[in-house]
Amino acid sequence: MTDLTRKTAAELAELMTSGQASSVEVTQAHLDRIAAVDGDVHAFLHVDAEGALAQAKAVDTKRAAGEQLAPLAGVPLALKDVLTQEGVPTTAGSKILEGWKPPYDSTVVKRLKAAGIVILGKTNMDEFAMGSSTENSAYGTTHNPWDLSRIPGGSGGGSSAAISAYEAPLAIGTDTGGSIRQPGAFTGTVGVKPTYGGTSRYGLIALASSLDTPGPCARTTLDAALLHEAIAGYDPMDSTSINQPVPAVVEAARDGDVAGLRIGVVKELGGEGYQPGVEARFHEAVELLTKLGAEVVEVSCPHFEYALPAYYLILPSEASSNLARFDAMRYGLRVGDNGENSAEKVTSLTREAGFGAEVKRRIILGTHALSSGYYDAYYGQAQKVRTLIARDFAKAYEQVDVLVSPATPTTAFAIGDRIDDPIAMYKNDLCTIPSNLAGNAAASFPCGLADEDGLPVGFHVMAPVMRDDLCYQVGAALESALAEQWGGVLMTKAPELGVTR
Amino acid sequence: MPSITREEVAHLARLARIELTDDELDHLAPQLDQIIELVGQVSQVAADDIPPTSHALPLTNVMRADENVPCLTPEQALSGAPAQEEQRFRVPRILEED
Repeated sequence: MTDLTRKTAAELAELMTSGQASSVEVTQAHLDRIAAVDGDVHAFLHVDAEGALAQAKAVDTKRAAGEQLAPLAGVPLALKDVLTQEGVPTTAGSKILEGWKPPYDSTVVKRLKAAGIVILGKTNMDEFAMGSSTENSAYGTTHNPWDLSRIPGGSGGGSSAAISAYEAPLAIGTDTGGSIRQPGAFTGTVGVKPTYGGTSRYGLIALASSLDTPGPCARTTLDAALLHEAIAGYDPMDSTSINQPVPAVVEAARDGDVAGLRIGVVKELGGEGYQPGVEARFHEAVELLTKLGAEVVEVSCPHFEYALPAYYLILPSEASSNLARFDAMRYGLRVGDNGENSAEKVTSLTREAGFGAEVKRRIILGTHALSSGYYDAYYGQAQKVRTLIARDFAKAYEQVDVLVSPATPTTAFAIGDRIDDPIAMYKNDLCTIPSNLAGNAAASFPCGLADEDGLPVGFHVMAPVMRDDLCYQVGAALESALAEQWGGVLMTKAPELGVTR
Repeated sequence: MPSITREEVAHLARLARIELTDDELDHLAPQLDQIIELVGQVSQVAADDIPPTSHALPLTNVMRADENVPCLTPEQALSGAPAQEEQRFRVPRILEED
């Protein structure tokens, strides 16, 4: 019996279409895998076995009746716990939302359900997506399946760990400063941040509204593209949704031809602070793309070095106002409602008890940045830097089709290593943040293991706005060339997890 | 000279409606000071004539058709409420005693 959990989403879809497996079998295999390994990995906050099997059964019934089904119908998926799913607990990794069951589906979930994609459960994350390691989750840290003593990245560490532990072939993440791409890099998987506005934010618990972008996580480029296509596209429920056709991402992932493609290596994203093994794998990947016919040049984006400080003003500012909704009145936790305390006191006591340290840090930083007397010096200046970064991108794209860099300066670090050093933690996102500020598409693809620690390295591709297809074009080319060298995708090198019964 | 004092952090916490403990204030103030030093770099970068970008997309006034669409029922809207009464959110008193 072949292990269904080792198959890609595309392979599973093929097995189900040809009648060699049912969605119930595929779903049950993944639920069994979760039961066997998630005690060690802790990718999931909630497993909805009953709901998943009911969804799978419905797909099987439709298939048996000869109905036309979407490409990924019956394939299971892990959902980041920041997107609402009606009737299923949604916490965003926070105590303040413990036990909350949303009364509606996010647009992403609506589209997953419409495509027949089976939702296995909700994955762990840093509280309100604030973090780069899942250590800020109120429900414990997720462990990296490549090395259980390491973090899986964040904020979407649960989603990436779930796919790299073979608990699901697909997952949804959200990327505000790198929360899809950085965990993708750390777990040897593919993570794509679509163009801002290319996927809907409706029903996504907001961190920073001008940056938040849902996107796909998978073990292969094609799987990510198939999922991307299933969730992307215009949504009237999101006022910043782009009303244009979805870029041809699946076609690009199948094509994977980089001959004649102009690739710019960003000079500023490398050197000091970058782990040698990360740089080595990155440069080898660039060489490989050159051999495949790409034209590679070095490009300078001088303002990228200010992306991190600008981001840590813009994000906390938006977060401090978005998180004002957690006031203990309409949903979630309420503390100190003793008949004497005022509403304001109850709100303050609830937020003290319900928010973790990083969330408090960022709310207070944002409150400071937006307060009178500081607004122009901080928030106003950060918005100007955002303009300069967008201009750096625009200028670069006059010369090249895509920009590339390592996805992260280092590989996955040890649990506990940076938890009390916010700035060291923030520097994880040096390479990923510029694309959030400018809103363009970007993705991380596995490009090997670092010599020092044997851990995965991510290759970062940044494409212009609404040219998400170019990310997949490069990712697919790299993936097939590397698979030829390795005899399979990078994930096949991952150590086997201990299975508990 | 720190760029932000413990007293200022306490004030911001009150504005943000978070009842921080003394221990948290001791811990947070120096961390915020470091972070503010980092983010303060932005003040030296952009010239006066650079326009601010609030948003990656140049969108203005997105309107939808003025049509009735289904919305949450009162039961759904109240389903997550910490306390409810007579089909409403029950809140603590809103005025301070004095």
